[in-house]
Amino acid sequence: MAIGQSRVARLVLPVDGRDHVRGPADAPAALVEYGDFECPQCGLAHPITKEVQRRLGRKLRFAFRHFPLAEIHPHAQSAAEAAEAAGAQGRFWEMHDLLFRNQQALEDADLLRYADALGLDLPRFVSELADGTWESRVREDFMSGVRSGVNGTPTFFVNGVRHDGPWDADTLVEALMASARIHV
Amino acid sequence: MAEKGILKPGTQAPGFTLHTTPDQTVSLSDFRGQPVVLAFYPADWSPVCGDQMTLYNEVLPEFRKHHAALVGISVDGVWCHGAFAANRRLHFPLLADFEPKGAVARTYSAYRAKEGVTERALFVIDGDGVIRWSYLSPIGVNPGADGILEALESLEPVPSLTSTRHKA
Repeated sequence: MAIGQSRVARLVLPVDGRDHVRGPADAPAALVEYGDFECPQCGLAHPITKEVQRRLGRKLRFAFRHFPLAEIHPHAQSAAEAAEAAGAQGRFWEMHDLLFRNQQALEDADLLRYADALGLDLPRFVSELADGTWESRVREDFMSGVRSGVNGTPTFFVNGVRHDGPWDADTLVEALMASARIHV
Repeated sequence: MAEKGILKPGTQAPGFTLHTTPDQTVSLSDFRGQPVVLAFYPADWSPVCGDQMTLYNEVLPEFRKHHAALVGISVDGVWCHGAFAANRRLHFPLLADFEPKGAVARTYSAYRAKEGVTERALFVIDGDGVIRWSYLSPIGVNPGADGILEALESLEPVPSLTSTRHKA
């Protein structure tokens, strides 16, 4: 037989206080996405994760971590840092949504425009990007993903186990419900 | 049929010399004294965001912390490899196991004769040319880089700053 051994890839860094999380901490189901703001597949996944959150409501905790494939996506790293810089001012998710909705416009001037639209403290935002304040944080996310067996973007973990195969809303909701033994 | 399997740890890695460009070759013996990661994969041009070589390209600095070299091997020819490597901005060589087709993959028991492509198989070879870790992935699943990093770490038990793994 030429069947490969199956390695179960697990999240090595549990969701905790360092993460950007939506949903209650005691939710029975947890979905973690490793994504890249310039990745078209992640752009497709964005409304899907919204839909999954809508359908599972308070039963779901959703966390987003950065996995910029910077060699093929030249704006991915700075977009990830921009999301962190917005997060430092309490607006991570708003920036996350803006970046995914505007994947074709991720130049520095665009990032600044989004920060302005969100009413961020612009001098602080600009200096944090210029100083690479969030570079190591993004790398930390990336390496936690590598260590967990992230193999492309987006990669999802359902209650700590890598989700292989399709990631449409029905499939994700079903996987989350089965894994958490919940019914909606 | 006897159980088929790729070469196992402890085996001397079969030597090879393959073209990476029309006028350049790479030999396994070039890497004597340093670890080398051989990544056999079925074909160039798989979908971009889930691409194994693209992922390894991003993780290359981590491999290099272990002084390890990385090479990708498939049955694609040098012109195909060249276009693929340029498109994905790869910073490591892709070797063409092209003529005779799959000959090197066969010596690692990592060839799928029916489909005419290499398996998705990983080998970590130490500086003495001995296979220290190998992994055969289901053909459709990109195995990621975690297994390679763990294998490289086990070659030299120096704690890594990035090691945050918990054994499951």
